[in-house]
Amino acid sequence: MTKDRVNDQVLEENQVAGNGLLDRRLFLKKGLQFGAITTLATSTTLATAKSETPKTEINPADLPWMKTPGEPFSIYGMPSKHEDDVVRYPSPNQVVPGNGVSWTPLHKMEGTITPNGLHYERHHNGVPQIDPKKHRLLIHGLVKNDLTFSIDDLLRYPMQSKICFIECGGNSNAGWNKLPAQAEAGYFNGMVSCSEWTGVPLSVLLDEVGLRKKAKWIIAEGADAFAMQMSIPIEKALDDAFLALYQNGERIRPENGYPLRLIVPGWEGVLNVKWLRRLKVTNRPVMARNETSKYTELQASGKARIFTFPIEAKSLITSPSAHMLLKEKGLYQITGLAWSGRGKVSKVEVSADAGKTWAEAELQEPVLDRSLTRFRLPWHWNGKQSVIMSRVTDETGYEQPERNKLVKERGRKGFFHYNAITRWQVDTDGFVSHVYEKDETQKDNSDISIDSDWD
Amino acid sequence: MKKMKHKKIILISVLIAIGIDFLYAESMQGPDLGHAITPEEIAKWDISVFPDGEGLPKGEGSVAQGEKIYQQKCIACHGENGLGSTADQLAGAQMSLDSEYPEQTIGSYWPYATTVFDVVRRSMPMTAPGSLSNDEVYSVTAYLLYLNHLIGKDDVMNASTLPKVVMPNVDGFINIYEEEQSK
Repeated sequence: MTKDRVNDQVLEENQVAGNGLLDRRLFLKKGLQFGAITTLATSTTLATAKSETPKTEINPADLPWMKTPGEPFSIYGMPSKHEDDVVRYPSPNQVVPGNGVSWTPLHKMEGTITPNGLHYERHHNGVPQIDPKKHRLLIHGLVKNDLTFSIDDLLRYPMQSKICFIECGGNSNAGWNKLPAQAEAGYFNGMVSCSEWTGVPLSVLLDEVGLRKKAKWIIAEGADAFAMQMSIPIEKALDDAFLALYQNGERIRPENGYPLRLIVPGWEGVLNVKWLRRLKVTNRPVMARNETSKYTELQASGKARIFTFPIEAKSLITSPSAHMLLKEKGLYQITGLAWSGRGKVSKVEVSADAGKTWAEAELQEPVLDRSLTRFRLPWHWNGKQSVIMSRVTDETGYEQPERNKLVKERGRKGFFHYNAITRWQVDTDGFVSHVYEKDETQKDNSDISIDSDWD
Repeated sequence: MKKMKHKKIILISVLIAIGIDFLYAESMQGPDLGHAITPEEIAKWDISVFPDGEGLPKGEGSVAQGEKIYQQKCIACHGENGLGSTADQLAGAQMSLDSEYPEQTIGSYWPYATTVFDVVRRSMPMTAPGSLSNDEVYSVTAYLLYLNHLIGKDDVMNASTLPKVVMPNVDGFINIYEEEQSK
């Protein structure tokens, strides 16, 4: 049999949904099948065209770094200089450079844990350079004892660790635009990151200050130049909120809240107050600027949704994704991330024929509560124009909506909490771009860009 | 009889819940290292202002004074008459909230006037947050409310007048958390 005929047979036997989606166990199978299909595309064939050294100069059997001693030890390791394009993408306000966001390059990453230097940022007025010796946390209000704590005090408390994602309520907000954004996947969906956070359960400290009966809300305030404050229901504070001192094993980076950050697992990023300096226990929310005029979602009716805390389930194919180039037809791995603020991801389905048929992707274990979950599925691209997409279902049974459904339900003026399915179109030349569902009623192409509006 | 059974189940569930809570608290006992702090000290930290006026300091401000400060310290980002520039539009909404291009200003969108005072005092101006006196914050607040036709030119804003300013969109919000909790 010719190699082509073997390929056809293997593809037929392993196809689980339309347009070349293959059995998720395919990569685990040994021997004939794996070898027969065109070799799995490497990151090089997938990457956006990079300048390559002419082949004549490379002799992989004889390379200089085996001929001389390597670099000495370092006190803090840095990424390889060849990975200098794996960086956050900052998008600051024109006049106030400390107000804005920086996006995590999800499209250049694998696994589920975000390295600390790549965790997304949303600051309202810069990153404060806090001296931990001078920093204090005050807990006061409807409590029996108003108390302050130094960082050294808090470091003596019993701690817990939790791997969880933090997603900005404004992540993927370009999805509300009439035209699909054409940035790389992470640069309009990367205001989500996932870390192992370690710190003191808030309930332990609330136990020490002694909550009064009327306590219903906690107002958390940061020690930044914006003095960011947000109101959080007491049920959540007592349930699983904690005061993080560590991120992925080291002390939290300044841009992520050093020396102390409130972690509110699964709830929108703005509630995870960085540089935490004060917790005021009250019987009602303060109605802060960032919980009334911002982080509320104006609906088509003119009414706005307020206190929309949990992040609804969302998934995204990170590779292949926008701006990537598939150099040839053949076997590829579709990979991406799924998450839900309401618990664990229960399944991720992938379609390679614009949603006509779906196949269940392999979820990378361990699948953790309110954490990024990696999914993967082999795909044979036949060289024809294809639309690939993923949709997640979480353990509450909630299924990620199509964009049309979300827009029909919420309108397009909400700015926050966009969690619709993202479609990537692979063209015949292998270039990947972002597309919407075709049937959307679109009167004109004019639009006000809302994706850079961070005030 | 059926009711009794129900009650028993609830009682047992509550006992189990308390048991778990108790165990949890026991396993996560803190070393009690908090330091006492006096109300006078707390007052220096506490800058949160509530819709009913709780947290508003002494002092007052006028529209005219507020306009002067606005021209000096706010106009660069928020534009003339609060019409917006590199920062939010604060006044002058022409398009309603249910239109194609809604304008979400203080007058058209913000539910409480006290929030204006709170955010100006804690965060503005961005180049020197916390630099305005309480009188200056009341003045800027007054000017912004005046630009939104919510108070008159001669009205004075202070701890008693500001919470009484009724915002047109106070009932424009659907409390999703409350809805979910009551389900």
